[in-house]
Amino acid sequence: MSSNSNLATAPAVPGTETPATPEIDHFKGYEVVLRPDTSWLAIELMGIWHYRDLVSLLVWRDFVSKYKQTILGPLWFIIQPVLLTLVFTIIFGKVAKLPTDGVPPMLFYLCGQLGWNYFAQNFASNSGSLVTNAALFSKVYFPRLVVPLAAIISNLLAFAIQTATFFAFFLFYKFVLHAGGFGLDWRVVFLPLLVLQSAVFSLAVGLLMSALTAKYRDLTHLSPLIIQVWMYATPVIFPLSKFPLQWQWLVALNPMTSIVESFRLVMLGTGTVEPSQLFVSIVLTLVLLVAGLLLFGKVEKTFVDTV
Amino acid sequence: MSKPIIEVKGLSKVYQLGTIGATSLKLEVERLWHSIRGKNGSARKSGEFWALRDVSFAVEPGKVVGIIGRNGAGKSTLLKILSRITQQTAGEIVLRGRVASLLEVGTGFHPDLSGRENIYLNGAILGMTKTEIRSKLDEIVAFAEIEQFVDTPVKRYSSGMYVRLAFAVAAHLEPEILIVDEVLAVGDAAFQKKCLGKMHDVASRGRTVLFVSHNMAAIQSLCDSGIMLRNGSVLKYGLVNEVVSSYLSEGTTTVDGQIELTTHPARARNGGTPWLTRLTLRDEHGVPTSRFASSRPISAEIEITPPREIINPRLAIAIEDEHGRRIGTTASHFDVSHTGRFGEPFTATAFLPRLNLGPGRYLLSVSIGEIGGQLDSIDGASWFEVEWDNAYRTGALHEWFYGPVVMAGEWRVACSPKIN
Repeated sequence: MSSNSNLATAPAVPGTETPATPEIDHFKGYEVVLRPDTSWLAIELMGIWHYRDLVSLLVWRDFVSKYKQTILGPLWFIIQPVLLTLVFTIIFGKVAKLPTDGVPPMLFYLCGQLGWNYFAQNFASNSGSLVTNAALFSKVYFPRLVVPLAAIISNLLAFAIQTATFFAFFLFYKFVLHAGGFGLDWRVVFLPLLVLQSAVFSLAVGLLMSALTAKYRDLTHLSPLIIQVWMYATPVIFPLSKFPLQWQWLVALNPMTSIVESFRLVMLGTGTVEPSQLFVSIVLTLVLLVAGLLLFGKVEKTFVDTV
Repeated sequence: MSKPIIEVKGLSKVYQLGTIGATSLKLEVERLWHSIRGKNGSARKSGEFWALRDVSFAVEPGKVVGIIGRNGAGKSTLLKILSRITQQTAGEIVLRGRVASLLEVGTGFHPDLSGRENIYLNGAILGMTKTEIRSKLDEIVAFAEIEQFVDTPVKRYSSGMYVRLAFAVAAHLEPEILIVDEVLAVGDAAFQKKCLGKMHDVASRGRTVLFVSHNMAAIQSLCDSGIMLRNGSVLKYGLVNEVVSSYLSEGTTTVDGQIELTTHPARARNGGTPWLTRLTLRDEHGVPTSRFASSRPISAEIEITPPREIINPRLAIAIEDEHGRRIGTTASHFDVSHTGRFGEPFTATAFLPRLNLGPGRYLLSVSIGEIGGQLDSIDGASWFEVEWDNAYRTGALHEWFYGPVVMAGEWRVACSPKIN
C-alpha cells in the first residue's frame, strides 16, 4: 500500500464527470456553513418554523399516548389537583390552621395550585428533555427546542381542564354555598398574559435544567426535590402576606411568587402584587430565557458524544 | 459546473476518552478542588481520540457517494457531523441544500400509535410537513405493503412490517442531500432489492446521496464514486469500483495468505512498538492461501517478535463478516493458560478443525496480550474467502439468511411413541 503518504490529502472531485442535471433547483442560494464555533441557536430558531408541524404532531402524540391505556383518561387532570387540595385543606387549613386571606380554603388552595401546577408540570417534562430523548437526538436532527416547546403546549390541556375545575368550584361556593370574601377581578382579562409568562419562565428554567442535567447526571435525582422545595418558597399554600417580613424580599425575587399571587388577585381578588414585583419577575423571566437558550444551544451541539 | 453541494474542509472530531459516559458532578468538584489547591486536575488526564482527522472532500450535486471503511474508521462520526447530530472539533462544512439523514429506521416510532399516525410523526421528525406527508401517504403505504394494517398500532406489527414502514417513510423524503447509513441491512432479500431500486430512483432525480454500507455489492450498484476512510482520514476518493477494490485488497500482500503485520495499514492508530510481525493463513495441506472451504480446516500462524520478555502471552484471532458483525473469537488462553516464556521471536498457531462458515468474504483480526492487558492488535488484518463445499453433505445450499455460521446439525426424525 503506497497510499499511506497521502492520508491527509483529498482530491476535490471524484473521477467521473457525468454532468449532473438536477430537476430540483430550489436549493439555489441555500447555503449553511458549519464551523466549530457556529452557534446553532440562530439556525434553530429559524428551523422551528419549518418544523412547526412536528411541534403539533408531538403535542397530539402526547395527548393520545398518555391516556390511551388508562381508564379515566384526562379525568386524572381533575382528580389529582382536587385530591391534593383536599389534603391541603385538611393539613394546612384544619390541622395547622394557616390563614387563607379570608377565602374558603378549598378555593384558595385550588387557585394556588392552578397558578403553580402548569409551571411544575412544564418543569417536570422539560428538566430532563435532552437526556430522556438522547436516543432520538443521536439518530436524527431536528431543532431540539421543538421538544420542550411541544411539552409546554401539550401541558396547556391539563391547565385548561384545571381552570375549568376551578371555576366549577368557584361557582359552587358562590351560588350554592353563598360564601363571601372573594370574587373575580376585572384584571382577569390579563390571565392569558399570566399563562404566557408562566410558559416562558418554565421554558427558561426547563432549558437551563435540561442543559445542566445533560452535563451532570446527578441533577436527574435532584430536580424532583428542587420543584418541591420551590413550591414552599412560593405562596402556593399560604398567602404572601403571611411570609415573615424579613424573608419577603427573597420570596419576591422568585418570579413564581408574582405569578401565583397574580392568579389569586385576578381569580379571587385577594392577592398581593406590587407593580415593582411584577417588573422584577418579568425582567428575571426574560434574563433567564436568554440564559437558558444560550446554555441549551451550547450543550446540545455535542451532548450526544457523552451519552 | 455548479458549485459542490457539499464541501468539507479540514474536518476533525476529537472525543475525550474517559469522559465518554457520564460526566458527574463529583468529577467536576474534584477538578475544581485540585485547581484551587494548585494541583493539576487528576480527574481528566485520560487521552483524546481522533475519530476524524483533517478530512476534506467535495461532492457535486446529483452524485451518489459511497463511504466505506472498517468499523471505527470514522464513517458514523462523519455522517453524524454532516447531519448536525453532533459538532466537529475543527474544520468547516458548507451545505448547499437541505439535509435529511437516515441513520436508523423507525426513529421516533411510537408503539401505541397506528401505522398511519406513525407515518405522520416519523415524517415530521425527518423534516417533512403535514401537507407533504399527506400527499405521499398512499405511496408510502403501498411501498411498505401494509395496506390492511394501516390503522393497527405498530406494536402489533411483525418486525418485517415495522422495518418496511420505517424505510418507506424515509424513502419518500425529498431533501436535496440524503444521508443514509446501512439501512439496507434490514428486511428480506426482496425488500432490500426494492430499497435499492428506490435509492436508484432518488439518485436519478438529481439528488445527492451519501451512503454508508459494509455491503460492497450495494455500494457498487448504487454509487458512482466512493470515499474510503481509514483511522479517521480519507484514504481514497474516486470511482467507486477502484475504491471498493482497494478496500477489499487492503492488508493482503504479495504472497497469497501471508500478511505483513509490522507495517500493516490498520496499525496506524495503535502506535507503540509492534509485537505482531506476520500472519499466515494455511489450508489443510499447510499451503498459504486466502481461500478456504466451508467444511475444511484452517490454521492461522502468527509470528511475534517481542520487544521485551513476555510470560504466558495470550493470542487471539477474531472473524467478522462483510457487514462488520463479529462472528467469533478464539484465544490461546481459552485453550491453554500456560504458553511459556519468550524473549526471542516465536510463532503461535490457531487451528480450527472445521471452519463452518457460509460462503462469502470474512475479515480476520489478530491480537496479542498478557494478563495485564493488550499489547498489540491489528483490527482487520486480512480478508479471506470462503467457498461452499457441500458442507451439509446433501447438496443443500447455504442461503445468506441462514446466518454466517454453518451449524450442520444432526437430525433424528421418528414417529412419536403412542400413549395409551
